[in-house]
Amino acid sequence: MPRALPYLLLLPATLFLVVFFLYPFVNVAWDSVTRGGEMTLANYQRMASHWKFPTAFWNTLLLAGIVVPIQLAMALTMASIVTKLQKGRSTLLYIFAIPLGISDLAAGLIWLAIFEQSGFLNSMLYGLGVIERPILFLSYQNTWVILLAIVLAEVWRATAIMMVILVAGMGLIPKEYGEAAEVFGASRWQRFTRVTLPMLKPSLQTALILRVILAFEVFAVVVALGGTQFPVLMSETYQWQFTMQDRGVAAAYAMVILGISVAFTLVILRLLHVPKEARI
Amino acid sequence: MNKLETLKAGAALATMTLLAGPAAAEALFWSTQAKPVEETQAMREQVLAGFEGGVDYQGMDEGPWLTRIQAEMQAGSGTIAVLGGLHGDLSGLGEGLMDLSAIDTSVIGDAMLELGRLGTDQQLYVPWMQATYLMAANREALQYLPEGADLNALTYDQLIAWAAAVHEATGERRFGFPAGPQGLRHRFFQGFLLPAYTGSTVTEFRSEAAVEAWGVFAELWSHTTPASTNYSFMQEPLLTGDVWIAFDHVARLADAFNQRPDDFVAFPAPAGPEGRAYMPVLAGLAVMNTAPDAEQSMALVNYMLQPETQIATLRATNFFPVMPVDMPDDMPASVQAFAPAIATMTGASDALPALLPMGLGELGGQFSQIYTDTFEQIILAGRPVEATLDAQAEVLRALMVQANAPCWAPDEPSDGPCPVN
Amino acid sequence: MTEAGTQDAPPAPDRVRRSGRWVFVTGVGLLVAWVLVPIWLLLANALSAPAEVTAFPRSIIPSFDTASLEFFFGFRGVLDALWNSIQVASVTMIVAIGLGAPAGYALSRFDFPGKEAFRFLVIMTRAFPLPLLALPLAVMFIRTGLDDTILGLALVHATLALPFAVLITFSLFSGIPVELEEAAWTLGCTRLQAVIKVVLPLAAPGIAASAVFAFVISWNEVFAAAVLTIENRTLTAFLLQSLDVSPLHLKFAGGAALVIPALLFIFAVRKYLFAMWGIANR
Repeated sequence: MPRALPYLLLLPATLFLVVFFLYPFVNVAWDSVTRGGEMTLANYQRMASHWKFPTAFWNTLLLAGIVVPIQLAMALTMASIVTKLQKGRSTLLYIFAIPLGISDLAAGLIWLAIFEQSGFLNSMLYGLGVIERPILFLSYQNTWVILLAIVLAEVWRATAIMMVILVAGMGLIPKEYGEAAEVFGASRWQRFTRVTLPMLKPSLQTALILRVILAFEVFAVVVALGGTQFPVLMSETYQWQFTMQDRGVAAAYAMVILGISVAFTLVILRLLHVPKEARI
Repeated sequence: MNKLETLKAGAALATMTLLAGPAAAEALFWSTQAKPVEETQAMREQVLAGFEGGVDYQGMDEGPWLTRIQAEMQAGSGTIAVLGGLHGDLSGLGEGLMDLSAIDTSVIGDAMLELGRLGTDQQLYVPWMQATYLMAANREALQYLPEGADLNALTYDQLIAWAAAVHEATGERRFGFPAGPQGLRHRFFQGFLLPAYTGSTVTEFRSEAAVEAWGVFAELWSHTTPASTNYSFMQEPLLTGDVWIAFDHVARLADAFNQRPDDFVAFPAPAGPEGRAYMPVLAGLAVMNTAPDAEQSMALVNYMLQPETQIATLRATNFFPVMPVDMPDDMPASVQAFAPAIATMTGASDALPALLPMGLGELGGQFSQIYTDTFEQIILAGRPVEATLDAQAEVLRALMVQANAPCWAPDEPSDGPCPVN
Repeated sequence: MTEAGTQDAPPAPDRVRRSGRWVFVTGVGLLVAWVLVPIWLLLANALSAPAEVTAFPRSIIPSFDTASLEFFFGFRGVLDALWNSIQVASVTMIVAIGLGAPAGYALSRFDFPGKEAFRFLVIMTRAFPLPLLALPLAVMFIRTGLDDTILGLALVHATLALPFAVLITFSLFSGIPVELEEAAWTLGCTRLQAVIKVVLPLAAPGIAASAVFAFVISWNEVFAAAVLTIENRTLTAFLLQSLDVSPLHLKFAGGAALVIPALLFIFAVRKYLFAMWGIANR
């Protein structure tokens, strides 16, 4: 095979990214290490010494740590159901894919309307006679309820993308493999863990990387439900960039988001490594 | 290969419509105000429709608003004709703004014009409209008003007693405070609570009186709904009944009064030992050096300052005119409720006006953040008051020195940067 | 090769089958409700009168008051914004797939120096907050005249969507046996012909998935759209960015006005997305 071919194939995408990502990125990265025109780490020091930074950092990781595994399990379940179904599967797939079309701002709106004091959840509980007066769910005193609400909203909003990728991946697994396993007496669960999952590795890898990276940039839903009481890295970035108008510190936050995203991407790539020989 | 054909057809269709046709040269009005969709609509249809040549009014969040402005300044050319924003939004843009001294501002008060100079001798922005903060209450709450308390001359102690009585009677914490992400909580501390107890915004930041003020607020907070950290606009919780007594910017209370005028009352902010402190809200109009057609921009600014436009703006946004005008009788319910309350507050014998921060430039956001951080640390995180005030006072002092900003009212005028005792 | 539609369920003892089926149906029902109920709440409230929206307890049956929705459709320029959104999203889709699929193919079929560096660059792209990139991009666009065009915004959105396109197509191509292509070569196909005739049909559902994803990213992106378009606002920039400060009934109506076109779009491509099931499912 001609040696230049892969490079030719990558060239358009690379050029594109250099112009529309690398150039502005270098601008911002430069902002993060300069202050008043001088090279300095002052922005990072300022960021790290701000009292909200540790909270924002751990909140972000905690949220991703809870949301992504749940989404993975749900996406796998949904994808398996859709793949298995004989009738009506395109309708079901359509329903499962609906949240794909809903922006995080709109999702925040919907879930706030569910959880707020005079919201749907309270209305329902009240209507059923379970409670006598509305409960205040989103209170700064119960951060864990806020966390729960954010987790539910995120799971609802962003599971669809993983599911779509996994459905596509499952579609590529030859039916014969599962049938062969069945002939040898493998149970459904065994077929799923021994055949489907290993064959699904490339798709799993993609789905996980995408979700994890996006989970670190979670913003609109968190602000809608958590207000100021659940700081995450992205909301602090906004705060420094636009409210406090300190581009240097905001850029430092952005570099932290980039850093943890890259770190986790490398971990996922390592964990779900697909050796060339092992591919179908 | 049907799907490939479909793909190709789709691609062809999309490429045909790649570049949209040229648009009309309407003046672009780039604003952080009148963002709620109804207000934007009213600005377009009722306020700006009369401007010759047309106006494209865009109410934006601060993020994109500022990013676009910075981009046009850096690129050295732009499409924005007129900027609209609060004093705090505009104060960081100083160098990119055009001198508007040529515009006739003789009917506008000197104090407001001074704010618009941003510490220079040029008129960098022209006052556009003004407002303030008020208290609002559901009529249901009035029965719990403490004996002897006059709604129009409340003290902070009476307010606490009132909120406590409501809390006790209904079992719910029903005072509401805009402590959400877009809430204007910092202005309450800068312009209401601290001046009422210390007579100062900056200098007495960590005085004994300030400690007392935070103690008072902590007590009020114990009767404040914990959902407050989600509230940016108080009109909604007032309408849903989650909140019975609230403090907010008039424009952020208006919808409650307009939807159910008979259910709510507006009244002045409470008084502390040093007086009934209150802070105005001032929005301004500015023109960037990169405006495509400076003459058109000037004409639009002029248009916005006409008495009829000012009244139309009041109807649309609940921001009051910056000049004396004759009010028609058919104003919205919110305006009818607010006007007397504002008059009572500003005309009270113990009135103590606290001005918006001056001379801070782009550090205005960080200045406000100090008050927000103090609130979050003392009230929400429960940290010790004295230690928090000591730490934040150092941040405040450093900021004042960096900005080299002299004191503004109610603080005593200073030579050099405003001191923090 | 078994056609999906005619394949019978595996034989199993009756009772296991019946109880398993019951669990299965319940599970599906729950998942469907989980997805649809929040959407229903949004739509029901968009169709309620303002006073009902702030009442407690809230009704989940709408009174079919369309005043709030009409308010949005009466908004000047809302149709233009809708059309702009569709254009931007379509161009985004094409650019992202057009650039991303070849790269994904290269990554899956070749081992070459610089491969890891490229993957790293691609991943990094999505791991950086766009609102900070918007400023240098806007400066560049104003200087080059790309500012306030459909194409300019679509290019930025394509930057957001490209990493997904590359990663998705990479894993898709990785899942397609290279032997199939080799077989095509021995039958006289060139490399390009083999890709078009053998690989693409197999990868089509996945490519469609990543195209839809690119479309949706563009459709919902608000920050860059707000900064980079003035006359040619997209629907999201037009409606949504000020929704969170609007009265409750308008929040719901605006949310619905934004969600409905997205639902319709996914519905429209649903056929396209899943029509090739038979091929892919072998």
